[in-house]
Amino acid sequence: MQFKKKSWIMALALTSVVALSACGNNGGNNAATNNTGNNTAANNTQNSSAELSGSILASGSTALQPLVEQVAERFMETNTGVDIQVQGGGSGTGLTQVAEKQVDIGNSDVFAEEKLKDDDAEKAAALVDHQVAVVAIAAVSHPDAGVDSLTKQQLVDIFTGKIKNWSEVGGADQAIQIINRPASSGTRATFETFALGTKTEDLQGSIQEDSSGTVKKMIGETPGAIGYLALSYLDDSVKTLNYDGVEPSVDNVISGDYPVWAYQHMYTNGEPTGAVKAFLDYFLTDEVQTTDVVELGYIPASQMQVSRDVEGNVTTK
Amino acid sequence: MKPRTADKIATTVIVALALLIVAILIGLLGYILVRGLGHISWDFLTSAPQKIRAGGGVGPQLFNSLFLLVLTLLITVPLGLGAGIFMAEYARPGRLTNFIRLIVEVLSSFPSIIVGLFGLLLIVNYFDLGFSLVSGALALTVFNLPLMVRITEQAFRAVPKQQKEAGFALGLSKWKIVTSVLLPVALPTIITGTILSAGRVFGEAAALMFTAGMSSPRLDFSNWNPLSPSSPLNPFRPAETLAVHIWKVNSEGLAPDAAEIAAGASAVLVITVLIFNLAARFFGRYIYRKLTASKRMN
Amino acid sequence: MSVKPKKTRLEKHHIEDLIGRSYMSLCVLLLVVIIVSMVYFVASKGLANFFSGKVSLSEFFGGTKWAPDAETPSYGALPFISGSFLVTLLAALIASPLSICAALFMTEIVPSWGKKLLQPVIELLSGIPSVVYGFVGLSVIVPFLRDTFPGQGIGVFAGALVLSVMILPTITSVAADALAALPQNLKESSFALGATRWQTISRVILPTTFPAIMTGVVLGMARAFGEALAVQMVIGNAPFVPKSLFESASTLTSVITLSMGNTTMGSTHNNALWSMALVLMLMTFLFVLVVRMLERRNKI
Repeated sequence: MQFKKKSWIMALALTSVVALSACGNNGGNNAATNNTGNNTAANNTQNSSAELSGSILASGSTALQPLVEQVAERFMETNTGVDIQVQGGGSGTGLTQVAEKQVDIGNSDVFAEEKLKDDDAEKAAALVDHQVAVVAIAAVSHPDAGVDSLTKQQLVDIFTGKIKNWSEVGGADQAIQIINRPASSGTRATFETFALGTKTEDLQGSIQEDSSGTVKKMIGETPGAIGYLALSYLDDSVKTLNYDGVEPSVDNVISGDYPVWAYQHMYTNGEPTGAVKAFLDYFLTDEVQTTDVVELGYIPASQMQVSRDVEGNVTTK
Repeated sequence: MKPRTADKIATTVIVALALLIVAILIGLLGYILVRGLGHISWDFLTSAPQKIRAGGGVGPQLFNSLFLLVLTLLITVPLGLGAGIFMAEYARPGRLTNFIRLIVEVLSSFPSIIVGLFGLLLIVNYFDLGFSLVSGALALTVFNLPLMVRITEQAFRAVPKQQKEAGFALGLSKWKIVTSVLLPVALPTIITGTILSAGRVFGEAAALMFTAGMSSPRLDFSNWNPLSPSSPLNPFRPAETLAVHIWKVNSEGLAPDAAEIAAGASAVLVITVLIFNLAARFFGRYIYRKLTASKRMN
Repeated sequence: MSVKPKKTRLEKHHIEDLIGRSYMSLCVLLLVVIIVSMVYFVASKGLANFFSGKVSLSEFFGGTKWAPDAETPSYGALPFISGSFLVTLLAALIASPLSICAALFMTEIVPSWGKKLLQPVIELLSGIPSVVYGFVGLSVIVPFLRDTFPGQGIGVFAGALVLSVMILPTITSVAADALAALPQNLKESSFALGATRWQTISRVILPTTFPAIMTGVVLGMARAFGEALAVQMVIGNAPFVPKSLFESASTLTSVITLSMGNTTMGSTHNNALWSMALVLMLMTFLFVLVVRMLERRNKI
């Protein structure tokens, strides 16, 4: 009953749309496009040696979206038969949609196991992880805070509200204003796990913004502000703080000296095939890793000298 | 205090506050235009956005906004006209009519974020239309439709009774009266209302972030086949509109000139809404004059 | 064709009439279908946590701790609910006097050109998209507040200021309509008694039109309560009941925009956000109900 009603709305709406696009048999075709290439991609494997074709739909992390879009554009230049659409929506959306096979690739800045847990744990098990890049996160402050470096313990004390003034860590006499991320944020999860080593509770009066652009603007404008940003967002408007004396530089991340980093994941539901596989393989080639990935401020996953698993155990390659 | 002094003081306060509102508007518009106009050029309006380099434009976004508007109006105008005429001319006063009016009221005051979430759940995920122009248009329909119904109903009610009675006296059927007598008279009001409501559609962002998506695939403006994924006309592609683009550039923009792009895009958006406002006035007056003049000639 | 079996031949206009009528009924039915499905879907998602027992009603509506990612998660939504009410009431408090003055200016002080001046202003203000309001709020209002008041500029007051400008047009236009609809003789008799304009306004006009003006205020509050992006950009989003007006706080809409995309469908966290959407929806019903009650009082 309920379904009948719904399909009826759709029928009405579709009719008008189809009428506009002036093609009567549109409905059937685009159902296929939107159900995404699972079928199309599968068909392609049969003649995969020939030119690739099909459509790939990716969605998820807004932080990863610019990179995937850029690589997709380059991929489509050489493989004209493939159409790749990259959408945002957030890591949670991407993981949900790839788990339900609504998209081919789910982009996420956290491990799927961290989002899909408890009842959804088996969904996460079906997903195959492709780590395409690494993002390092640095603690940053307002330029006038007067501090160059903070230890892990100092950061913990600041983010748990024990230290309230920059003078307590050797800086200017200025109250500390925390610019945090919401509890659901992947960036916050990374920062808490690898920089603080503990989950922190939100503090009364702290500011929370989800988007890196806004966070950067706030830290640059608010006296005494502290927060954290991905390396790609750093510029002169904010002061980058060393962590336990280690500078958050690309080299230090690659060597494993700077610990606050996380993989950028592209998940597929089951092992990828056809155009999806070709695209993900292309992503990991040096051609992409040393150009687009670097250009957009990420660190190539292929160059990392250390690797890390879901539990956060680091091993040297 | 003497009544006369109180009167003077009160009048001054009222005038001052009224002028404050004018000042707020001028300040707002001034700020947006001063910051944004310098950045607007033909190139800005037509070129595609750049991710990390400066000099990106808002061409696809502007096109998406307009196309989405057209799609939405194509869905809502016929439906809104139908329901509006029903409410004005056919519905008998009673519980049911009252109930429907309540629904129209509730629908039009739903927060747009609720509409967006509903769209995400039902249209994007359940019907599997994905983030697409169609999903966006359907979500926008949810709050544009009640507006259209109200506009139509009010326009029909405003038609003088004598016109309808004259039609009945001529023995015309009700349908004939509605389409040939009442509709032409009500049309100017309906058109004005539609254009004004279009302004709201144009600036909507919260509902579209969850439905039309926040990405814009490469568009090939020489490909006008609506079935092709890279065609601008394909209604099943994801589309970032201008308002959503402002939101995204403001929050996630990596381009060095992100602030200028946001300012420029805001100015474009405001100017477009201004044009809608002026067009609504002009069209309403023009059609009214034309229709009434042709009446006199017959 | 079985509708009228007696008639052997249906005339053209009968068929036209029938088609027109059924098409229009369908359109109306569509409205009903939309609202029923919206309520059904939002409610089914929003109530899921309560039915599965993962979050209790008392925790959701009474809890002040929002920590969905903690070891022992807690889902108290009171900070968001109170934040929404706080900014909405503040915005209405700021906007109402301004709007009523503007309406008086248009109808009572200078009826000759006041409407010509303010009408386009009001229409334009209502046409400015909410992202633009948020953008201006972040780049003008927040720095201004930071320099003038204690705190970081961001917070409840910044949100209320942005919202108050956004709801000005709603209140003003409803109030102006109400004032214009007032019978002329009411005012004239007051003037005839020797009352000044302000006496007439404060003793006669405003008391008589009070319910109608309140309708406008409530409609404005409904808009403020549901506004998402502009508020989210300037309010700071800390999940706490604020202790001062210049402290970062959250609203229902702001936490939904922030977290909806980052959580997976079906998770407790995600469903808690849907519960908040349900609260927003119920509030919309409440606002419409109040408006109806006021309108009824206005008629008598």
